[in-house]
Amino acid sequence: MVTQEASPLAARQPLLSLRKVSKHFGAVAALTEIDLDVYPGEVVALVGDNGAGKSTLVKTIAGAHRPSAGDILFAGQPVEMNGPSDALELGIATVFQDLALCENLDVVANIFLGQELSPFHLNEIDMEVTAWTLLNELAARIPNVRDVVASLSGGQRQTVAIARSLLLNPKIIMLDEPTAALGVAQTAEVLNLVERLKDRGLGVIMISHNMQDVRAVADRIAVLRLGRNNGVFTVDATNEELIGAITGATDNAVSRREKRLADTKQVAGNSQ
Amino acid sequence: MSSVADKQTTPSSLLDRSDVRVTHASGLVETVNAFKDRVRSGDLGSLPVIVGLVLIWSIFTIINPVFLSANNLVNLLFDCSTVGIIALGIVCVLMLGEIDLSVGSMSGVGSALLGVLWVKQGLPVPLAIGISLCAGALTGLCYAYMRTRFGMPSFVSTLAGLLALLGFQLFLLGSTGSINLPYGSSMVSFGQLLIIPTWLSYVLALVPGLVMMVMGIRVRQKRMAVRLSAKSMTTVLVKPLLLTVLLVVVVGYLNQSRGVPWMFGVFVTLVLGLNYALTKTRWGRCMFAVGGNAEAARRAGINVKRIYVSAFVLCSTLATLGGVFAASRLASASQQAGTADVNLNAIAAAVIGGTSLFGGRGSAWSALLGIIVIQSIANGLTLLNLPSAHRYMITGAVLAIAVIVDSLARQSRLSHGKA
Repeated sequence: MVTQEASPLAARQPLLSLRKVSKHFGAVAALTEIDLDVYPGEVVALVGDNGAGKSTLVKTIAGAHRPSAGDILFAGQPVEMNGPSDALELGIATVFQDLALCENLDVVANIFLGQELSPFHLNEIDMEVTAWTLLNELAARIPNVRDVVASLSGGQRQTVAIARSLLLNPKIIMLDEPTAALGVAQTAEVLNLVERLKDRGLGVIMISHNMQDVRAVADRIAVLRLGRNNGVFTVDATNEELIGAITGATDNAVSRREKRLADTKQVAGNSQ
Repeated sequence: MSSVADKQTTPSSLLDRSDVRVTHASGLVETVNAFKDRVRSGDLGSLPVIVGLVLIWSIFTIINPVFLSANNLVNLLFDCSTVGIIALGIVCVLMLGEIDLSVGSMSGVGSALLGVLWVKQGLPVPLAIGISLCAGALTGLCYAYMRTRFGMPSFVSTLAGLLALLGFQLFLLGSTGSINLPYGSSMVSFGQLLIIPTWLSYVLALVPGLVMMVMGIRVRQKRMAVRLSAKSMTTVLVKPLLLTVLLVVVVGYLNQSRGVPWMFGVFVTLVLGLNYALTKTRWGRCMFAVGGNAEAARRAGINVKRIYVSAFVLCSTLATLGGVFAASRLASASQQAGTADVNLNAIAAAVIGGTSLFGGRGSAWSALLGIIVIQSIANGLTLLNLPSAHRYMITGAVLAIAVIVDSLARQSRLSHGKA
């Protein structure tokens, strides 16, 4: 396992930097002058309401969209990405929300899909060893790598998808809603996994709607609102601050609800 | 002998045996038990078709003992080869969840091309066969183009192809409607007479077991070298031994009559080749992946279009080869070639053999096993002097049963979390 030497963030070079990245779809500005830095061994959470541009940003970093303006710097060098394979070559791996696993294939086949060893006489043994090594590094609890993915739980599938993204030794890994469909225990497993990726010195970008999960693992929380940066917070930030940044106002649906609840409590208290 | 060696390596030291919740089968008895569990949970594999085959053969033998005579079985093998090769192509498209309804007409075109080019135009046989196969490949290319470029369901494009190819077949054969292949030619004797020499058939019967044993031992050693669990030596040895005994007995029995037809030998070679390609190459892995989840395959960097092209081309080419073989079997290329039940027999064979209609599940063996079932029914009913009306109805019933078994097994797999 690779562990990064502890050094102040400012002294290190960011792995990935976005400088004033914009993306337009016709008249719609999906992203406007986005800045984002990801350092090695750091978890950056990307939060924002629906339509804030999170997915567009992920797709831009993954090479699926070309930015309309702005620069993407990887390890200090400006890069041009013309497709997902370019991003993979640079070392940017993405785990999509739907995981994109083949349920009819076993774990080994899924991890090595498209990257099989010796294409004309598959080297099953070496593939199985690598699969176990990857899964053990993630402290994954997969009973048998020869089981088809259909027989695995949600958390185990997430693990397989992450193990697959680690196969090509990426430097940055993006997780799109990794805990969205998971139960309590599986969510905890995935969060442990994120921490282990961080310990290995990878930069992690995690998208989530769940503030609890975000606070549990993130070093910094970057908020997007209507396609623009709306502040970068530390995990010490209060919920009000975060929600304010996400929704764009201190007076919002969430705060109104809390106020209403507080009021009814107060009224109940007064009447007693 | 081997179980001692297995116990010397403690389970925890193995890379894939660190999870204590899972039970693993290493010895012979445990392997048999694991197999029973697998079947119970709906992972049937080729079991239903083998049980069905035993049942069908028993019934026909009781009614008419001639069915099981060596001579009749040799005929059965001749008949299996032509449609079997077509079914092999069907396995490829079914694997992707697609279908080719035009294989019958395609085989008809194959036989017509052979007749026209060889008998009428006087081209050498290999060239005529080559042109036939190219026509098949071209047709497959068209289907794949329509599927990948226009998103046209293969059900529709091949239905259109069925009519177009049937028309082309009639056009090729012209007003005479049928071209006889000369008796005594190598093609016709290949289809009707040529038998693998006795000594060679025994040698060939020994090869699979030997290869299996050598590969099994090598895999076992390699796995032990990298700290992976390995099968016990007994398991590695028993399976090939049983297979060899079975093959030698079958070949010996067939040799009491004429022996094993070359045509069937070619068919089995193709089955083995496709089986290797599907299970041991990246192409095969991609076929399963695209059949299971095309979008996931695309994101993994697999060229999905190329996989579609390969499957459709392979299917149509094998269909023409089946047509060429059928022409040599019947010693003629006629308007009837490839019509009637060829289409459905080929598709039914693949499904009865255990290839799923929904894609992502199947094997090359299903073509072999399925076609033996279908031809056994046809052959047995012919021996009973039943008209083709009964044959169609019974084949239809067997197909229905096969699909029901497949669906039930699928439900059982789902409920056991093994879909």
